Amino acid sequence: MQLTVWTYEGPPHIGAMRVATAMTGLHYVLHAPQGDTYADLLFTMIERREARPPVTYTTFQARDLGTDTAELFQNAVRDAHARYEPEAMIVGASCTAELIQDDPGGLAQSLELPVPIVPLELPAYQKKENWGAAETLYRLVRAFAPAADTVKPEAGRAPSCNILGPTALGFRHRDDVREIKRLLKQMGIAVNVIAPLGARPSDLARLPAARFNVVLYPEVAGIAVRWLERAHGQPATTVVPIGVGATRAFIAEVAALAGIEPRADLEQSCGHGHLPWYSRSVDSTYLTGKRVFVFGDATHAMAAARVARDELALEVVGLGTYSREYAREVRALAEEFGVEALITDDYLDVEDRITILQPELVLGTQMERHTAKRLGIPCAVISAPVHVQDFPARYAPQMGFEGANVLFDTWVHPLMMGLEEHLLGMFREDFEFHDAAGPSHLGKGRAAAPAPEAAITEVPAADGSPHWSAEAERELRKIPFFVRPKARRNTERFAADHGVPEITVETLYEAKAHFGR
Amino acid sequence: MSDTTLLDRAGKVGCSDHTILKERGQREVFCGLTGIVWLHRKIQDAFFLVVGSRTCAHLIQSAAGVMIFAEPRFATAIVEERDLAGMADLNDELDRVVARLLERRPEIRLLFLVGSCPSEVIKLDLQRAAERLSGQFQSRVRVLSYSGSGIETTFTEGEDACLAALVPELPQTADDRPHLLVVGALADLVEDQFRRLFDDIGIADVDFLPPRRSRDLPAIGSGTCVLLAQPFLTDTARALERRGCTRLAAPFPLGIEGTSGWLRAAAEAFGITLATVDRATAGPRARAAQALDRYRADLEGKRVFFFPDSQLEIPLARFLSRELGVELIEVATPYLHRAHMAEELALLPSSTRLVEGQDVDRQLDRCTDAQPDLTVCGLGLANPLEALGLTTKWSIELLFTPLQGFEQAGDLAELFARPLHRKTRLRV
Ligand code: SF4
Repeated sequence: MQLTVWTYEGPPHIGAMRVATAMTGLHYVLHAPQGDTYADLLFTMIERREARPPVTYTTFQARDLGTDTAELFQNAVRDAHARYEPEAMIVGASCTAELIQDDPGGLAQSLELPVPIVPLELPAYQKKENWGAAETLYRLVRAFAPAADTVKPEAGRAPSCNILGPTALGFRHRDDVREIKRLLKQMGIAVNVIAPLGARPSDLARLPAARFNVVLYPEVAGIAVRWLERAHGQPATTVVPIGVGATRAFIAEVAALAGIEPRADLEQSCGHGHLPWYSRSVDSTYLTGKRVFVFGDATHAMAAARVARDELALEVVGLGTYSREYAREVRALAEEFGVEALITDDYLDVEDRITILQPELVLGTQMERHTAKRLGIPCAVISAPVHVQDFPARYAPQMGFEGANVLFDTWVHPLMMGLEEHLLGMFREDFEFHDAAGPSHLGKGRAAAPAPEAAITEVPAADGSPHWSAEAERELRKIPFFVRPKARRNTERFAADHGVPEITVETLYEAKAHFGR
Repeated sequence: MSDTTLLDRAGKVGCSDHTILKERGQREVFCGLTGIVWLHRKIQDAFFLVVGSRTCAHLIQSAAGVMIFAEPRFATAIVEERDLAGMADLNDELDRVVARLLERRPEIRLLFLVGSCPSEVIKLDLQRAAERLSGQFQSRVRVLSYSGSGIETTFTEGEDACLAALVPELPQTADDRPHLLVVGALADLVEDQFRRLFDDIGIADVDFLPPRRSRDLPAIGSGTCVLLAQPFLTDTARALERRGCTRLAAPFPLGIEGTSGWLRAAAEAFGITLATVDRATAGPRARAAQALDRYRADLEGKRVFFFPDSQLEIPLARFLSRELGVELIEVATPYLHRAHMAEELALLPSSTRLVEGQDVDRQLDRCTDAQPDLTVCGLGLANPLEALGLTTKWSIELLFTPLQGFEQAGDLAELFARPLHRKTRLRV
């Protein structure tokens, strides 16, 4: 039993819904009680989709249990088929129906409807949303592109690929697909099928015609892609093009898979990669070594950590993911960064880690945005779980060169600008530079709440940490609030390491000299 | 127009034997767990622990959105594979989770174990667990249980189940002097207004259930008159009646007419003349009438369609039709309690199509055929209907906004007028 308030991922059938909702001509009949219909609002309210998800819920009640839930399910399948006339259907159980063991697959098959029916087994007490999406895509791909009927790529045509992974309710999936399609077009590579987003079940049958697969979201496409590799000999990309460096590596990988030489002017012809120059521009100097904590799904967290280090010269002080399926990869990268990976789906663990590390920027999910807000730390959102704000009206991909531009803007925006930071440091006494004053370009309403601190008189010492003299405490308060927690922590560590029982103003500056900055 | 004429006219216009269409098909409503979203704010020292699945946690999170991110007083104990496989004794696991929770939240005095579909299906006896845990945390925390499962409760029925679980906890009054108990979670502001009104009318001994703090549980006895503030409290009313309380037949306090009728029902039970009530409420009623006038032009003659959701549909429809001149096309409700709704039904135009239950696909067909000016529906349906060119009001807001009483009548009208008003302003 796991105690939780907020979860990063929904149950696995939500993943199946993300696949079904992304596609056209596919209908999902879910054996589930009425409350589970809440899932529709994720798509219609958060993503603002204009149509209901193609999902029929059986909405069985207590009085149906033990009598005719199976018949209820069959009626729901029959009615959904008659009403929506889908090309194919997927059927399965939610957590409650899993317990009553009605066998949705068998029940649906026995109706002998004139469309393919793909049964889904999504263990709700073991697995979660992303796994559910991945499993659903895999089952569909297997069903519609069976190993036996390999469609051979046509000779003489431009090399082609599939784009796999984008779903409904995905973090910027819609814009990423557009950006990557544009990039592939510039490279002279044809896109065969994009799935699941926008695909029909019948399109999946054409998947094997492509020479290779482009994997945008391994969490969703991973299982299907490995199967396509085995069954159809289709290789797949391994680099997710988030950030300038990764986009360049992605281009090289794609070119190799397509057997072409990438155009030398590709980057220019793709337009406006501003990140490299903006990052070199002197006004970005203040970003140097800013301490950043990264958390999200594995793909976005790993990409963000690399971009933070290599393309913004930030210092990654923490890296973690809730995607347990990718724990190994994240651990390996964390090791490369010299930090300990945090693999958890408990947002309180993440909050604890952020509180301990006191980073100057958090790159996380909506959960970390809330945590960071409470702690008074700037934050940018880099990953699902999604919120209505993660579906901006403007074009805002995360991938490709334009995606890198977006990353630069959205990550740098919450931070204090360089000169402003200096002025704040120099003129602490200015009455308008109070602790609650946020970056001036964010307006008054966005002022970050200052982290709660003990009043000067009451100095906490009970937990064994060194005692602060009132004078040192006052001096500490002259340090701008956004670096104060770090200064406090460093000073206490210095005092503890050097056996200093009481922190004086002297200790404060000794610690500053010791740690630098 | 005085209230008396309103009521007289009701006798002629209204009709309590409406034909009711019963539907059974796919439902598109939340389950009773959703009530936690407002209940955990209402009872300030109570904590709601759902014993359920990841779906249950996800439902509450999605229904609550981010508006209550600040340390909510609810959580989900998610049942996992090993619990089902019997590798871990579920009761031991539950005890462990509760102990950990109470350690972290020492201010909690009342803990609700909230059952879900999975806990019901695996027959986890939460009532026994609650008794066991109550014994364990004696004098510190009282542990109660109720079910908010989707196989047994629809949306607001979760509040009903919660309050019904509180009834056995209410102390017995020392005597059988008349005493008024208002039942149903109301916004604190509305509660305070009602308290003042009752005082002005001459009913001083008034309690509210649920109370703001669990230690303030009101005492009840055979002198207790129960006035329901919400229309979905079937089980709670029954439990109170079983303990000797008397339910007062009344409309619900939405709009001027509903609030007047509601207050009058209380006054009548306390032997207070209607003239006294009218005198005490003249000011607020006049204010409310003035507030409603502002929205009448927006709403008069508009055709409104209700999807079933909170059981507030019938009182709301009555308010819209009688006080704002709205034309009702269809009023659907997940469950219709004929006795509790008798006063409301009597006021509803007899031409109203009433539906109990739901078959969402068929209802969507009827709705798009009828092309109403305003459709009241759940969050999942609103945008798809808007995309078809209809104007909608999402109904969950009706639970999260103070709407009862005279002072809120204008706000209630505004809630329905706003989407219409918005449509006329938009030029894109
Ligand atoms: S309907 Fe049942 S399983 Fe679904 S969220 Fe509600 S209680 Fe949980």
